[in-house]
Amino acid sequence: MMDNHTQPAAVRARGIVKSFGTGDTQVTVLKGIDLDIYLGEMLLLVGESGGGKTTLLSTIAGILDIDGGDIDVLGVPLSGLSTGKRTTFRGQTMGFIYQQFNLLPTLTAAENVAVPLLIQKIGRAKALARAQVMLNRVGLSDRAEFLPKNLSGGQQQRVAIARALVNEPRLLICDEPTAALDGPNGQKIMELLREVGRSPERCVIVVTHDSRIFHFGDRMAKLTDGRIVSIEPIAREGIA
Amino acid sequence: MNYVALKMLFGDRAKYLMLLCGLTFSVMLIVQQGSIFWGLMIWSQSSISNLNVPIWVTDPGIAQVDEVKPIAGTAVDRVRSVPGVEWAVPLFKGLLRARLSNGEYHQIVLAGLESSSLIGRPAEVLEGRFEDILQPDAVALDQWAVERMGGPDIIKVGTIFELNDKLARVVAIAKTQKSFTNIPVVYTTYERAIHYVPAERRTLSYVLAKGKDGIPIQEVTRRIHEQTGLGAFTAEEFGWKTIGWVLKNTGIGINFGTTILLGFIVGMAISGQTFYLFTVENLRQFGALKAMGASTFTLAKMILLQAFTVGLTGYGVGVGLATAFGYVTARGGSLPFIETWQLLLLVLMALLTICAFSALISIVKLAKLEPAIVFR
Repeated sequence: MMDNHTQPAAVRARGIVKSFGTGDTQVTVLKGIDLDIYLGEMLLLVGESGGGKTTLLSTIAGILDIDGGDIDVLGVPLSGLSTGKRTTFRGQTMGFIYQQFNLLPTLTAAENVAVPLLIQKIGRAKALARAQVMLNRVGLSDRAEFLPKNLSGGQQQRVAIARALVNEPRLLICDEPTAALDGPNGQKIMELLREVGRSPERCVIVVTHDSRIFHFGDRMAKLTDGRIVSIEPIAREGIA
Repeated sequence: MNYVALKMLFGDRAKYLMLLCGLTFSVMLIVQQGSIFWGLMIWSQSSISNLNVPIWVTDPGIAQVDEVKPIAGTAVDRVRSVPGVEWAVPLFKGLLRARLSNGEYHQIVLAGLESSSLIGRPAEVLEGRFEDILQPDAVALDQWAVERMGGPDIIKVGTIFELNDKLARVVAIAKTQKSFTNIPVVYTTYERAIHYVPAERRTLSYVLAKGKDGIPIQEVTRRIHEQTGLGAFTAEEFGWKTIGWVLKNTGIGINFGTTILLGFIVGMAISGQTFYLFTVENLRQFGALKAMGASTFTLAKMILLQAFTVGLTGYGVGVGLATAFGYVTARGGSLPFIETWQLLLLVLMALLTICAFSALISIVKLAKLEPAIVFR
């Protein structure tokens, strides 16, 4: 657990403001967020729907521009990067796990896992070999040639986890990773995330409002109406 | 990412086939109609190409080869006297009616060739000997005359018919290119042709000529025109003049042009719409790729690769089908179908335009795509 914060901050957000729309229809979704997330920890971002969790996640990932404040990711200020450089930075340092998996339906499980490597211009044979290793780690070595439609929801999310980790990102961003899964499958996915996702050199951010998986996190930040109202360590009793 | 792009394209089989069918249909329609159009244009000047002489001299106001404007008989000698002319011979060309022994009448084109050289004779003879037209009452026919005038049982070597109440005996059947009007051609000597037609003050239709070696043909035609006042055209010029007349006066260009344009528009509409749908349906996936670090440029390259892959496949299949159509239906020269490399190149460019247009719509959509879509 990283309560003592001996590790350096992987994400350092200060005074983040983000609005959508203009004039009378403008809605401010993030109202001055301050947040540090450390290497080696799994931080859960929780809160009611519309509270700004996903928006905060998008700004940390550098796929949404902020209107005010600063975000440093792995020591790099995102606002100082052009869109193209931010895209490259994202590809090299971040992995993503989505609620709807977002696997390419016409690619096999192994090919889907290899995609981030192909984006980094790694050769297909090498990328597929590394994808196979990742599929082994998530327990899907026998499903490498399956198309997503032939996999269960839980298996698809495992493929997505393998894809997110294949380029060994230092920041793993998970948006409601269990929302499309039933209870037992959600638990298994979170166990897997803790098992293969967590590392001293990586921080994992999980947006969720599934209280059944809260205990998998190290810390929990609660967002309400665009503000962080609490950041607390999670008791680890009974958790493997 | 090329591999991913192609897997995305081929994996969505229904859309891929729809795209392929749309582009194939478009290419096939354009190539087929373009080839028939060009075949018709070639046919329209077959009176020129069948005679295979380099220079045609006639009335300067002539519009096309089948519009005969008789000139004075002295024109042959005047052309011969132009420096740079190697030879010049007369040609009679006129419409006449042939009466067969069974009482049937058929309109024919009578071609009278200079008897000592037979310049302008067809290159290939299918039956008999073309030189036998020098015999009394002898004529030669083209193979289309056999077809049009009753078939090989009625029209063959030895058949006798009447031209303006005068006897004509078939001694040869020659192979020629079909003409636009498909009127049978009866070949005979110039003198006998004059004998067949009703008396007219002027009987000379054309002077056929050739320039001396080493003198540019354009220079020879210029000299003929300057020194005789007659219109002198190279075979190519006369051919284009005839094509121009046909295009201007028959509406054939507009008809075929409309069909070709429709093929282009249909191809563009189908492929543009399908490609756009393909992109929209994969928007989340493209968003995911963007989030994972794929730049808009990378996605644009993927889209272009997909568009041009399906486009070139459609081009190959479309050209293949159109060629097969031409091979089956135009065998033996019975249908005007001439597929040229220029047409294929033009169609390829049209297709690439269609593909680029289709891809562009999708690329614009992707360029505006916020990768944050994947979190919604």
